[in-house]
Amino acid sequence: MPQSGTILSAGGLWKSYSSVVLEDVTLDLRVGEVHALVGENGAGKSTLSRIIAGLVKPDQGHMEVFGTPYAPRSKAEAEYLGVRMVLQELNLVGTLTVAESIFIDQLPNRLGWINYRKLNDQARAAMAQVGLSGLDPQRLINTLGIGQQQLIEIAAGLSRRCRILILDEPTAALTSTEIELLFTQIARLKAMGVGIIYISHRMEEIQRIADRITILRDGKVVATQPAREISLNEIVRRMVGRELPEITSRPAAAAGPVRLRVEGLTRRPWIEHVSFEVRAGEILGFAGLMGSGRTETLRAIFGADPRDAGDIFLRNSPTPARIHSPRDAVRQGIALLTEDRKEQGILLPLAIRCNISLPSLPQVSGLGGWIRSQAEKVAAGEWIRNLGVKCHSGEQQAVELSGGNQQKVVIAKWLRRDCDVLLFDEPTRGIDVGAKFEIYELLTQLAGQGKAIVMVSSDLKELLAVCDRIAVMSAGRLAATFKRGDWSQDRIMAAALSGYN
Amino acid sequence: MSEASNQPAREAGRYHWRRVAGEYLGLLLALGLLVLVFSLLTRHFFSATTFYTIANQIPAAVLIATGMTLILIISAIDLSVGSVAGLCSAVLGVVMVQYKVAPLPAVGLAGLAGLACGIFNGLVSVRFGLPSFIVTLGMLEIARGGAHALTQSQTQYIGSAIEPIASLSVLGLSLPFLLAVVIVIAGQLVLTRTVFGRYMIAIGTNEEAVRLSGIDPRPVKVAVFAITGVLVALAAVIDTSRFQSANPNAGTGFELNAIAAVVIGGTSLMGGRGSVVSSFFGVLIMAVLNTGLAAVGAKDETKRLITGLVIVAAVIIDQYRHRFNRERATQQ
Repeated sequence: MPQSGTILSAGGLWKSYSSVVLEDVTLDLRVGEVHALVGENGAGKSTLSRIIAGLVKPDQGHMEVFGTPYAPRSKAEAEYLGVRMVLQELNLVGTLTVAESIFIDQLPNRLGWINYRKLNDQARAAMAQVGLSGLDPQRLINTLGIGQQQLIEIAAGLSRRCRILILDEPTAALTSTEIELLFTQIARLKAMGVGIIYISHRMEEIQRIADRITILRDGKVVATQPAREISLNEIVRRMVGRELPEITSRPAAAAGPVRLRVEGLTRRPWIEHVSFEVRAGEILGFAGLMGSGRTETLRAIFGADPRDAGDIFLRNSPTPARIHSPRDAVRQGIALLTEDRKEQGILLPLAIRCNISLPSLPQVSGLGGWIRSQAEKVAAGEWIRNLGVKCHSGEQQAVELSGGNQQKVVIAKWLRRDCDVLLFDEPTRGIDVGAKFEIYELLTQLAGQGKAIVMVSSDLKELLAVCDRIAVMSAGRLAATFKRGDWSQDRIMAAALSGYN
Repeated sequence: MSEASNQPAREAGRYHWRRVAGEYLGLLLALGLLVLVFSLLTRHFFSATTFYTIANQIPAAVLIATGMTLILIISAIDLSVGSVAGLCSAVLGVVMVQYKVAPLPAVGLAGLAGLACGIFNGLVSVRFGLPSFIVTLGMLEIARGGAHALTQSQTQYIGSAIEPIASLSVLGLSLPFLLAVVIVIAGQLVLTRTVFGRYMIAIGTNEEAVRLSGIDPRPVKVAVFAITGVLVALAAVIDTSRFQSANPNAGTGFELNAIAAVVIGGTSLMGGRGSVVSSFFGVLIMAVLNTGLAAVGAKDETKRLITGLVIVAAVIIDQYRHRFNRERATQQ
């Protein structure tokens, strides 16, 4: 390969914490190339990209940028040298405005006095690149949804001069329209000769935009190949080192009795008159764009947010259920798996055991709320086994688990509490491919056991694979409901867009 | 999975004990080191007298530190404990001196005063979603004002009627000291072995996640403030009986001593992590330091300077230890 065409070459990179996470990794990045890094969680993608971005120092190894030795001591130094990373975890300060966040390290100023007009103009230009032209640059970050925040992060990355741009799961919270805009921008940067390192769990994306793919497994490079020469199945197989089952199209559910019926659910201005029902043994999917009101619908049913109007009927009861708080909901067998697992779902520093038993502690406690430790341990261990949570023991801290296993812990917590209406909001977000399949499998099993499942997802393919019916939300209303067999991606997308005309 | 076999269970057990040992080993070492240093510096320090002096001096501080530990664990703070102690002391003094109430009912009334202050702190911060820092800062003034209003800013001399509480002793250990030890053990058991304690730790870790698990965090928080109020009242009774008088300025600065002791013990100011037993060691370390410095003849300003440095050093050590653990945990 021509040396002039290589921006970055890294060789012999080693890094270990308590165990080895990168083992003799070699990577090169060419001018104007999109180089995808794939691998399961824990394969070393993040550590590798963090080393390149100057956030982590390697134990051994060398890097060169355009033939010059490159050993950044900090993120700032890496950025000075033209290496920039858009982080997967959002790094925005909630109380700053959009414009301030995008240009936080280069606010246009004179003697420290910020020129807000110039700043806001710059911000508008930067946001237009990612399709946020309608957004007021003076909005506060914490008034934005997670998807929009992600776009702001990307806008900040795109609007800087850089030679190498690292995107870590940039599309995790984006809708398909937003993803298209991102890809347009990536094409523009490529044309300018920027080298892009692209980390994603979404194989279709990688096939579409990557020029070359490096597959990591257990901290080692398994292969680096031109994207055209390797099939999707081959990538996945080499990533996990084993064959994955096809997504099983579920057999039509034996329609049980109606388990949950929602009528006229309204929470202004997010959702307006949403009505639907779910039967026992059924998986109802919720499709729609970011901000279409899917999460708000689940939260309102669960009592997490107050509702303005609407009734919830459980188990075919003619009288509406009294649900005014999550406590009411859980007592009546409703569970919510939140979209933001780390902030709202799991207690990261606590033991797996504590997480699993949290809602059902009264079941293992006696007089005066004294916890029977042995009973608690046994019950937690049982659910760890049932759901196949990979861990040393129930005493391990939840933070040490991979995303997929954390998600299983959250599911275990609700099953342990005997909940049978399961509201799952983005259950596979930020989870690697192998674990996604395990979650699908689990959902199918739960439906088979007669649970009523509502599942929100931004990954339409996964809804198509797992659900019996798909409800499509658009601009806060339920636009359409499709049954398995008479849906198509086109019709679902059309319904999702229908409310915005 | 392999949980069925013995190996991981045994490993988990060892892990648990290693953590428990690690929790207290550092504090015991620090305490031992202090005792050693002062014993070498002055001939008289290492003696039964010193031991009894300290044992009789710390009960009030231990009770307040126990409450403060629970408060910090739920990620709150209570700045009013000193003033509330003053108020309870004032109640005790006024009803006994001016209304000739018998000691036992008077102690009950002081306890009610503490309970009321705690419930007020909890209810107001929960009901209006206010940071406990602000609410208890308000209470700090309210309670002190109340103490002065009740006593008309006069110290109430109770005399020997109240004295038995502090002077009753078993095996040379005063009743208050034994009470403090019992409360510490009870507090630790509640924290680690009961549903209430588990909820406290969970709330301090992530209150929203607890709410979304179907548990109402509000009553738990109010209860923690209420318990602290009662513990503060008990502390006030103990100190009042020690001095046989109720001073409306009693307890000034207790809140900072309590927070310092709790933090030296390693309870996190960010909530979700802490131990009542560690706070007990924290109080002991502060007391040994104080007594020891007095024994070597250090002046008051020197004592304060050194105590301050010890607090900061303790927090730095604790931070370092936990950052290290966390890094190891998150980056497998």
